[in-house]
Amino acid sequence: MPNLKELADKCENLAFDLNFTEAKSWKAKDSKRVVIGYMPVYFPREIIHAVNGLAVGILGGGDRKQIVVGDAYYQSYICHIPRGIIEMALSGHFTGFDGFVFPSICDVIRNLSGMFQMSKIGQFAKYMDFPQDFNPEIGGKFYIQEMDSVLSKIKEINGVELTVENLNRSIGLYNKNRKLIERIYDIRQAYPWRLSAVDTYHIIRAGMVIPVEEHNEILEQVIEEISKEIGDPMDKIKVVVTGAFCEQPPVSLIRTIELAGCYVVDDDFMLGSRWLQTQVDNTTDNPKLALSDAYLNYSAFSSSVYDVGNPKSKRLIELVKRRKADGIIFAAPSFCDPALLDKPIYNQECDKAGIRYINFQYHENIGQFKVIKEQVGAFSDSIKLWYVEA
Amino acid sequence: MSDTVKKEKSMILQKEMIGGLFKELGNTKESGKKVVYTFVPGNLSELIRSFDMLPVYPEINALQSGMRKMSGDYIKEAEKWGHSEDVCTYVKCDIGMMLKGNIGPTGEKIPDPDLLLLSYTGCFTFLKWFENLEHLYPGVPVALIHTPYQENGEITAEMTDYMVKQLKNDVIPKMEKVSGQKFNPDKLKTILQHSADTEDLIAKIFDTTKNVPSPIDAYFAGVYYIGPINIGFRGTPEATEYYKELYKEILERVRLGLGPVTPEGEMEEEKYRLVVEGPPNWTSFREFWKLFYDMGAVIVSSSYTRVGGVYKNGFRHAPERLLESLSEYCMGCYTNLNLNQRGDLLGEEIQEYKADGFLVNSIKSCNSFSAGQLLIMRTLEDKLEVPVGFIESDLVDPRYFSYSNIKNRLESFFQMLEQRKIMVD
Ligand code: SF4
Ligand code: SF4
Repeated sequence: MPNLKELADKCENLAFDLNFTEAKSWKAKDSKRVVIGYMPVYFPREIIHAVNGLAVGILGGGDRKQIVVGDAYYQSYICHIPRGIIEMALSGHFTGFDGFVFPSICDVIRNLSGMFQMSKIGQFAKYMDFPQDFNPEIGGKFYIQEMDSVLSKIKEINGVELTVENLNRSIGLYNKNRKLIERIYDIRQAYPWRLSAVDTYHIIRAGMVIPVEEHNEILEQVIEEISKEIGDPMDKIKVVVTGAFCEQPPVSLIRTIELAGCYVVDDDFMLGSRWLQTQVDNTTDNPKLALSDAYLNYSAFSSSVYDVGNPKSKRLIELVKRRKADGIIFAAPSFCDPALLDKPIYNQECDKAGIRYINFQYHENIGQFKVIKEQVGAFSDSIKLWYVEA
Repeated sequence: MSDTVKKEKSMILQKEMIGGLFKELGNTKESGKKVVYTFVPGNLSELIRSFDMLPVYPEINALQSGMRKMSGDYIKEAEKWGHSEDVCTYVKCDIGMMLKGNIGPTGEKIPDPDLLLLSYTGCFTFLKWFENLEHLYPGVPVALIHTPYQENGEITAEMTDYMVKQLKNDVIPKMEKVSGQKFNPDKLKTILQHSADTEDLIAKIFDTTKNVPSPIDAYFAGVYYIGPINIGFRGTPEATEYYKELYKEILERVRLGLGPVTPEGEMEEEKYRLVVEGPPNWTSFREFWKLFYDMGAVIVSSSYTRVGGVYKNGFRHAPERLLESLSEYCMGCYTNLNLNQRGDLLGEEIQEYKADGFLVNSIKSCNSFSAGQLLIMRTLEDKLEVPVGFIESDLVDPRYFSYSNIKNRLESFFQMLEQRKIMVD
């Protein structure tokens, strides 16, 4: 079995292979296979898996793709991720992808779906409207129609019909995936020094570009490794990072947070992989309904979903307590309305709850981390000092 | 250009209507009328009126604050409260105004909401905006209606059904509770009939730009024309009367062969006919408009005047299909159209209204409009071989209105149009 370093290295290569070689070679093995790209945040990958497909997460080019034409498509005051995605599309990174799904999280991603449609990228570009109504008879029904719409587009390509048995099997595999990821977070909460935040990031992100069966194997191996007593604890504070659910911070930024004295014990970087905070029923005659019920009742909180009487700030504070974190880092992409418009509410509720926090903005290809390092360092020091004083 | 602007009867009517609404809003303590905060795109003003409640549109307050040069301070107030410089300035302007006492354009305090009606059409920021308001007005009920996006360029029966169910299950019961009145379909029917009449007139008014010279400016003056329907008067006899009067005045201008009225009087020579995409800037609205009329440029069609409803394609509120029709109205608003539909609509108008050029005013605040505009612009340029121009500003943040920058860009654009005219001639 590979050791932890080998696993992390492998995952880093997978996660940042912007040509999606693994997914494309998976597809090449069978003419009925399809590869479907999806944008952040969440998408029920189970339905793609059940019809011979691989859902591949598209998170932009980060700091690894130089923007040459993308800027001609977006004004300077729009966040960075869509220009990276358009750049990748126009320079052939998605060649071989059959279709694309754009979950409804904001107007930028929504209009990106239109840009894919206008530019005829892929055989379909589906904007997937997630319900903001949480009544199963209303929002639930609508959500199932949206899933059916994706499935019918895939059927037109590969002719594969969804069966109950297949979907239940796929749900089982993703249930396992979510459970394994949560296990890693739980271990890291208690022993964060055993696996760095950067390695964790690579390991989870790799799961967005390879078959779930393979990812589950990797996760099991990682868990085995980090269940051992490895590494030495350091004098760092524990933080939850939030706001980074769509455009991703560069890995160096995550590293900077760690180097500046923080253990990241929870985050929303790959929120889509952890979205359903339950095990979905995979023994029913109506697995689409099971997926829909799980979405309506057990979704993670996110700036992209309306509160409906269950404020995000309350859930964030609960998360901080559950993870026994010392503070919160609000790290949001520049020009990201969903994340940034939540900030004052989060900040004020944290003030009320006596939870310490800092805010900063980033974009996916920033290269300077000095200011952030100083800011995070001061934050970490202030918390340590506060404990000493207390 | 003639130097006086005489107040037409329609202007007086509009002033009276708006003044009356703010007076009523200032008087809710005495009248006991309930107040609903809601948004312009996909607004359910007919439904609100059927419960005898009064609408407040935070966007309208924001734009009026922009025109009254107060938005800069309000925005700073919201930034002090924790908002980032990067986010939609309508939201910040509204929140800043609220934090500074919520004094409306007529100097009277706007009452707190009794209901937040989140009919969010074509913009996710609306969701975030009302989450902020929910936080600022704790305990006020929220009715949310999710308007499905026309991702496939169509409104399906399932989409309508989804909206109707939300109206029945959530929106109407909450309105009943807040207003203390039972839902009255007959009353709503009568209101919708007025809406349809108004919408007929609006469609005709904006179609008069087919004339050469165009009797109206469909952007700068157009924003005044859509005022009454966007501020909650759609469905009222007053609105029908206003639009009849306005239409009559415009037809008279057509008969006399007159061009549009500007703040400095009648425009005498129509040199360029433009189609404009994107909202205007409000903080320097007059200067902005002047840049156009000084050059003899008339806007013959603008997408912004369609945010509160697209009537050109034949949509009318239909009394016989009450809730379905309200739903289809919401789904048909401009920013709920997909990019292909938006591009097609603009393209048709460029041709139909014989525009010489297409201009994008890209608004920093508004991703709903702005994301994708550059592609629409290039596609129209390629398809129709029409000269295109691009300027940037903001709705209500004065920091993002650079007069000289916009002037330079517009001058180059007009030069391009001029050269093109010479070539074509
Ligand atoms: S970073 Fe924010 S604004 Fe940009 S696409 Fe993602 S959610 Fe939308
Ligand atoms: S983003 Fe645009 S449509 Fe949405 S609230 Fe702001 S200005 Fe209005």
